[in-house]
Amino acid sequence: MSQLVLHGVGVSFGDRVAVTEVDATVAAGEWLALVGPNGSGKTSLLRAVAGTIPHRGMVQVDGVAVATMSPRRAAAAIAMVPQHRVLPEDMSVLDYTLLGRIPYAGYFGIEGPSDVAAARRALARLDAADLAGRRLGTLSGGERQRVVLARALAQEAGVLLLDEPTTSLDIGHAQQVLDLVDELRVERGIAVIAAIHDLTFAAQYAGRLLLLDAGTVIAQGAPAEVLSEAAIARFSGARVHLMQGPGGEPVVVPRR
Amino acid sequence: MVVGAALAGVLIGPASLPPGKVLAALVDRLPFVSVDSGLSTREVAILFELRLPRVVLALLVGAILSVSGGAYQGVFRNPLADPYLLGVAAGAGLGATLAIVTAGSGSLLVGVAAFLGAVAAVALAYGLGAAAGGRRTGSTLILAGVAVAAFLTAAQTFVQQRNTDAIREVYSWILGRLGTAGWQEVLLLVPYAAVGITVVLLHRRLLDALAVGEEEARTLGVRPERVRIVVVLAATLATAGAVAVSGLIGFVGIIVPHTVRLLVGGSYRVILPLSVLGGGAFMVVADLIARSVLSPAEIPIGVVTAFIGGPFFLLVLRTSTRAGER
Repeated sequence: MSQLVLHGVGVSFGDRVAVTEVDATVAAGEWLALVGPNGSGKTSLLRAVAGTIPHRGMVQVDGVAVATMSPRRAAAAIAMVPQHRVLPEDMSVLDYTLLGRIPYAGYFGIEGPSDVAAARRALARLDAADLAGRRLGTLSGGERQRVVLARALAQEAGVLLLDEPTTSLDIGHAQQVLDLVDELRVERGIAVIAAIHDLTFAAQYAGRLLLLDAGTVIAQGAPAEVLSEAAIARFSGARVHLMQGPGGEPVVVPRR
Repeated sequence: MVVGAALAGVLIGPASLPPGKVLAALVDRLPFVSVDSGLSTREVAILFELRLPRVVLALLVGAILSVSGGAYQGVFRNPLADPYLLGVAAGAGLGATLAIVTAGSGSLLVGVAAFLGAVAAVALAYGLGAAAGGRRTGSTLILAGVAVAAFLTAAQTFVQQRNTDAIREVYSWILGRLGTAGWQEVLLLVPYAAVGITVVLLHRRLLDALAVGEEEARTLGVRPERVRIVVVLAATLATAGAVAVSGLIGFVGIIVPHTVRLLVGGSYRVILPLSVLGGGAFMVVADLIARSVLSPAEIPIGVVTAFIGGPFFLLVLRTSTRAGER
């Protein structure tokens, strides 16, 4: 249960401004999706919130500035699943999941029995308990995704950042992953920020969207408010039909 | 395995010692135990002054080189990294050569100079790598290490050719030797081994975190730069100690950690402790081969490890290239 607040978070790489000041609040149990075209600054914003790149402004979790936390405390507050993750082929699933316990283990990150139990619980929660002894290199795409989520879950952070969690997954596995994240969000009151390039998925799963273009926030609000045919054409140059799903949420259909 | 290798190392040699009596003599040395081994004074001297220190030294050197190799592979996320990659060998070689040509090979200066050379080489490689943007990737550091190694090897060859009178001593040192080992060398090496191996082993889990990439390691609460520097310094310290007493013995740092990795998987949590044991056993066996093949003459142990290690290196290169293609 954590609330995440971004005050004027901005990122520059040298002279190039990747993200201009972003203000946003994500309540405990809320899902905010970052949408926008490639290169709009979604990943840079996530990396800034995760504290892995230098940034301006302030990121707070439950009122405490992350910049003032020790690296371990920050890791216990915010978990991140990057888009391009490295899964060492010959590492076992359990060893990999245990990495999520480093913030709680001693100085050298060597785990105790309670950490092993937490890692196993996380794997079990994602129906991956039977994968524990397998090597990462032997997993299918869907299994990998579940194991990566299990590692983030073992971190027991109140904030979960996901960068394109459905990339390279087919539609069924993509839904599975998003469903799992959604269940965890509800179950544990996790604040979720996910960069999602599929606008329909973003509208279906996130309570609010934050639309970025060239590093600037164009709109922020409920999916139906943020997504319009004109807005989509403007920011991505795409020709789309906007339809309504059964729940009234926007469904984006490409048009030839 | 370690015990078996050590026993073989103690038992086999030009003067044959009866195994039962050797065991009895070893047990006799345990505190509160007294057994009459029946070995002659000469045999006891061979056992305790020649064979045993040599085996202990081989255990220590093998453990150090293997665990350091595993540590370098973890820090630089490169399967071909080993203590010789970063220019540690070349630096130690240059330092030792300078000491040998100025003070002679028996001098204590050889060890100190080798250590200083090794540390300087690593610092140089690390500095150059960081200046070229190597904080983000391990490959820049490795390229810097290769450049440093080439430069220092050239310098070493230059010094060696200018001092042809000392060339034989330099060569015998460079090719590696455990033959002159006594308890003095063992005592010299123990502190290096204790500090280096302990520090590396304590970081075994954090090296796993580095394996998933620097940025992800950061999100797990790890400070990658700090882990890298501490582990590299510990591994280098231990390696320099090993190089100072035993000369340059190559490839052990690649063969052992990779064999362990193939057998038990890719977590440094397991690879590093098993490399300590496996490295010790491997080195004792290699030393046994080195002194048995042309017995009573000895071939340098570096030749034995290179004979096994060269093909093994190519095998690792081949499999890791294939893994990269997938």
